[in-house]
Amino acid sequence: MELDSLYQEVILEHYKRPLHKSLKANPTIQVQHINTSCGDEITLNLHTDGTVIQDITWDGIGCSISQASTSVVSDLVRGKSVGEALATIDAFQAMIQSKGADTGNEDVLGDGVAFAGVAKFPARVKCALLGWMATKDAISQSQSKNER
Amino acid sequence: MASLDISSIKRDFPILSRKIRENNRLVYLDSGATSQKPNSVLDAERDFYTQHNAAAHRGAHQLAEEATELYEGAREKVASFIGADVDEVIFTKSATESINAIAYSMGNAQSGSRFHISRGDRIVVSEMEHHANLIPWQELARRTGAELVWFKVTDDGRLDLTNLSELINSRTKIVALTHQSNVLGTINPLEDIVKRTHEVGALFVLDACQSVPHYKVNVKSLDIDFIAFSGHKMLGPTGVGILWGRKELLDEMPPFLTGGSMIETVTMESATYLDAPKRFEAGVPNMAQAVGLGAAVDYLSAIGLDVIHSHETELTRAAISGLRTIAGLTIIGPTDMTLRGGVVSFAIEGIHPHDLGQALDSYGIAVRTGHHCAWPLMRRFKTVATTRASFYLYNDLDDVNALVDGVERARKYFVER
Repeated sequence: MELDSLYQEVILEHYKRPLHKSLKANPTIQVQHINTSCGDEITLNLHTDGTVIQDITWDGIGCSISQASTSVVSDLVRGKSVGEALATIDAFQAMIQSKGADTGNEDVLGDGVAFAGVAKFPARVKCALLGWMATKDAISQSQSKNER
Repeated sequence: MASLDISSIKRDFPILSRKIRENNRLVYLDSGATSQKPNSVLDAERDFYTQHNAAAHRGAHQLAEEATELYEGAREKVASFIGADVDEVIFTKSATESINAIAYSMGNAQSGSRFHISRGDRIVVSEMEHHANLIPWQELARRTGAELVWFKVTDDGRLDLTNLSELINSRTKIVALTHQSNVLGTINPLEDIVKRTHEVGALFVLDACQSVPHYKVNVKSLDIDFIAFSGHKMLGPTGVGILWGRKELLDEMPPFLTGGSMIETVTMESATYLDAPKRFEAGVPNMAQAVGLGAAVDYLSAIGLDVIHSHETELTRAAISGLRTIAGLTIIGPTDMTLRGGVVSFAIEGIHPHDLGQALDSYGIAVRTGHHCAWPLMRRFKTVATTRASFYLYNDLDDVNALVDGVERARKYFVER
């Protein structure tokens, strides 16, 4: 059934047992992102030395897609260099916005490929991107903070 | 009371026979957002364009004459539908524009005008307003320095009127309330509020988007000053809304949109304006949409609003009682049918509304999920979103049963998987 292509087992698993969903104190940057169409919101704390993503922790409320997706990105980019993290986020965004043409590279996106099915549900694309865009925003804010 | 022949009504709405997501019957339970349109409305719009299209109130040719007659005929239909005089009915593009027109007119009014509003004056709304009846007043308050205050909402989803006479006081200039909450289904008791509003010399604005399409609303017997509603929620086309105001108020109220069609005389320096309704209808009007709305009014009147309302009451009662059998489900809003319309919001433990709406969609059931443009009300009920089913004359008990079965099936899918 079509519903199963959206709600992959791995997505529901992340939704029920989200990773890193507990804000760690003293972040380099904290961002809040809201999905204005449904009111979902997340707060995300980024710890970075400017070169490496040391930690990403978060809290929030939202649908299974937005919550699971934030769980995946927070686990996937920690420990990566800033450049690598941004490239990973771009790859995810490209997959989600491809309308189904790009099914994602598991070596790059890990559990993120489970969200490939979201691309066929335009109303849910924003949900899937919420945590990823928050991460991208936090990284970019930390970079400009470094330059100052 | 006569009951509705739903299968015959359904045949009037071509969209209701289409299939959704792999051959499911469409169960459309989102009429609170926008209603579907019967053939007679679509035909009226098409007929206007194919037979009579010309700019109303301009030109000496036959088409212009016919367009004017049709447009003004639609105004008469709407006026009689809400018990108004014909020159009190203004066509706007939407209910949102109607409310903004009042707010901007008040903001434009000079000192000395009864519409003038300034620091120290008060605007009263409620916590259950749709953003369309909140933000224009927030903005008016911000521009003028007036104070915005509001009625709270009780746990069972009713207006808390315990502080009625303190909230609406001698400083109050305007009270703007919804007739029926688009989230809770609550119908607000207006009599005492309107009485108090007039006692202090203020004006009463009613947001009737969720009421006029579903039951009889008579502007004169409600004794209100302004009403706003949209065409597309009452079987009419998008792009047309109504602003009604009492004649003596409209004649004094400054225009909001200015330009052609609303002027009496013009020089390079200044202009004088026509009386209502034309004073508030600048530009070539939305004629085909107004004519479509006229056809929608005819359709609703032929069936009868009393019959429609009692039909929706029956469906709502069945929906509430069915939904309440589902584990972990809470109705947000009144559960008794006293002063209650055909809108049912609910939450289920462990399932986000967005996920529930997605599952229901895969069974062919269209509901609304989200904050319903009533963010403060969501906060009041300590949630970010609800799932909402809303009923109209073309729904039947099969639709209600599909909803209840669908929600239970979705619950099993997410919670018991």
